[in-house]
This record gives sequence, structure tokens and C-alpha cells, in this order.
Amino acid sequence: MSFTGILSISLGAILVENFILVQFLGICPFMGVSKKMDTATGMGLAVIFVMALASMFCWVVNEFLLVPLGLEYMQTLAYILVIASLVQFVEMFLQKFIPSLYTALGIYLPLITTNCAVLGVALLNTQKGYNFIESVVYGVTGGVGFLLAIVLFASVRERMEFADYPKAFEGFPIALISAGLIALAFMGFSGLKIW
Amino acid sequence: MNVKKQFKEGLITQNPVLVQLLGMCSTMAITTTLFNGLGMGLSVLIILTCCNIVIALLRKVIPSKIRIAAYVVVIAGFVTIVDLIIQAFVPALSSSLGVFIPLIVVNCIILGRAEAFASKNSVGASALDGIFQGLGYTVVLVIMCVIREFLGKGTFGGGILNGGAGIQIFPEEYGALLMILPFGGFLTLGCLIAFVQWALRRAENKKKEEVEK
Repeated sequence: MSFTGILSISLGAILVENFILVQFLGICPFMGVSKKMDTATGMGLAVIFVMALASMFCWVVNEFLLVPLGLEYMQTLAYILVIASLVQFVEMFLQKFIPSLYTALGIYLPLITTNCAVLGVALLNTQKGYNFIESVVYGVTGGVGFLLAIVLFASVRERMEFADYPKAFEGFPIALISAGLIALAFMGFSGLKIW
Repeated sequence: MNVKKQFKEGLITQNPVLVQLLGMCSTMAITTTLFNGLGMGLSVLIILTCCNIVIALLRKVIPSKIRIAAYVVVIAGFVTIVDLIIQAFVPALSSSLGVFIPLIVVNCIILGRAEAFASKNSVGASALDGIFQGLGYTVVLVIMCVIREFLGKGTFGGGILNGGAGIQIFPEEYGALLMILPFGGFLTLGCLIAFVQWALRRAENKKKEEVEK
């Protein structure tokens, strides 16, 4: 595994193929918890953590359990169970050992189970045939991309409270359109390659 | 059983995408050709109906503490079945939807309806709810596809009509490629939701005026 390969995966996951803005994975929490900057940051950090763990565990489950037994078609089912129990475990662990972080993330932790970015990263790792290190790097940097997008979006949204727009666009529609404009900005990264 | 009311709720007043704002990832991601939209919509319709039936059947057996986990297992089972069927019989759809078919597992519409409807209602009502909510989702997908495909490529019915190429309404080079890109997804859905909010509010105001008279 070369250093350049890892760099290329990271760049792809953060900018070129940003999970939210380019691949449309994880839109629900992106829209749901982006009204305030601090909750958005908390959610982003939690997602990085869970995506890294999920890539790790799903790779192990796939390589040592599903493939030897010829059960690849059970991937979706196995992965969602791994993710659900992982989230539960992380929740219990944080509650016991780092209560301050637990209270900060609070309600956002259980929500991560149904974040399609997490299941998405596990499935994409398998689809792309990444090895263990590549999978973990893809998971972490995918999470970083999520954090970047949600923080950018939250700062736009905080300002939007004072904006003047048609009444029918109140709430969700205007949020979607501003997210679209951020996505448009991210289009500028497409085709970006180190070599 | 109130078929008419459920029909209206699924398609308009409680539309899963436009009013409940569920399942937006797939709505924006795959609506680039009519073929994708129809395929995705019908898959969700089938999965949603089956899940609603099974969960309504099991609603008295599943302990409430572990119900979410149980729902997820039921949903993942049906998604796997549909995924395998699509891979076997419609490989073109499988390759163009890609990772979004297995991702139906985490589509909030299905878990949302299981929690909000199937866990509290009879099997028949739940089956109808699945069909109508699934239809509401499919209709939105189809509308999005038609708009984005027309503005983006100038075609109608891509992937299905005219041997897969779609009917060319205006030359492709005049299309706004932007509508096919992610930005188009955000923009189209935003405008659709805004339109529905406006229409629902107007209908409400009219009702109020009539009451006042």
C-alpha cells in the first residue's frame, strides 16, 4: 500500500466524491442537524468515528465470515446488524468512560444507525475491493468530508435566518437550494487528481 | 378501513417525500432518467408493502424494547431479496442504481412507516398504507426524473422508450447539464417542496375562509 494511494483515496473522499454533496449519502442528518453550528460539529465528529469503526468491522466480517462461507449475498443484512450493534456499543462505551462527550453527542448517536453514509461506506469499500487499510482510510476521510460539508452548510444556514426569500420556500426548500449551491461549488473539484 | 383517506394521504397530504421529508438521499441521487426513477420507486413500493405486512403481523409478538432492531432485520431481509431479483432479471437497473438498492435498508420511509403505522394497525390497513405511500414516493421520483431529464438532456423516458435512448424533444446540446448533476437534484426537490407547501397552505386558507363565511 503506497502513500500516494492513500492520499488519492483521501482526496477523493473529502472533496471530489464528497459523500453528501456529490454522492447524496447521508442527506437526512445533513438536513436535520445543521441548524446550529455546534450540534453540526458534534454530529460530524460522531459520524467520522462511527464510519471509521464501521469500515473496520464490516471489512473483517466480510473477509473472515461472509467470503469463506460463501454468504456474500447476505452483505446488506450483516452490515446493517454490525452497524446497529456498533452504534449501540459506542453509545454504552461513551456513557461509561467519556460521559462529557456522551452528553454532547446525546441524541445524535442512535440516529447514526440510519445514516446511509455509514452503510454506504461499508458497501462501497466492498464494491471497490479495498483492503483493510484502504477501507479504514476511506471511512475516516469520508467522515471528514461529511464534517466539512455539514459545517459549511450550518454556517450558511445560520445566516439564512435573516435572509429575505419567498414565503413558500420557508424551511426546507430554501435549505435544499442553498445545499445545492454548495454542491455546485464542490463540482469545481471534479476531475481533480494528484497525478 | 378508509381506503380513500389513505390514498389521499399517501399521494398528497402525507406524501413521504414532499411532506414528511423522508428518504431524500435516493430521491435526489437516482432521478436522472425515467428508468431509474420507476425502478427505484417500484422496488421501494414492493419492499415497503411487504415490510408493512410482516411487521403488522408481528406487531403483538415483537417486544417494544427491541422493535427497531427487529424492524431493521425484516427490512434488510426484503431488501436483499429484491436486490437479488433485480440483479438476476434487470441487470441494467442494478448497475445504474448501484449502491442505492442495498441502501433502501436505511431509507427512512420504510422504518418510518413501520414505526408510525404498521406497528399500530391491522394487516390490511398496513398493506394499503405500504402501497399508497410507495405510490406517493414513486410519483415524486417520476416527476423529478421527467423534469431533470427534460431540462438536462432534452429527452423523455430515458432507459425505457426508444430502445433506451429516450425520445429527443430538443437537441441534447441545448440541455442544461447542471440539472443532471447533484445541483439539479437539490434545486428540483427544493422547488417541488416549495410548490407543495404553497399549495397546501392555499388550500388551508380557502377552507378557513369558507368556515368564516
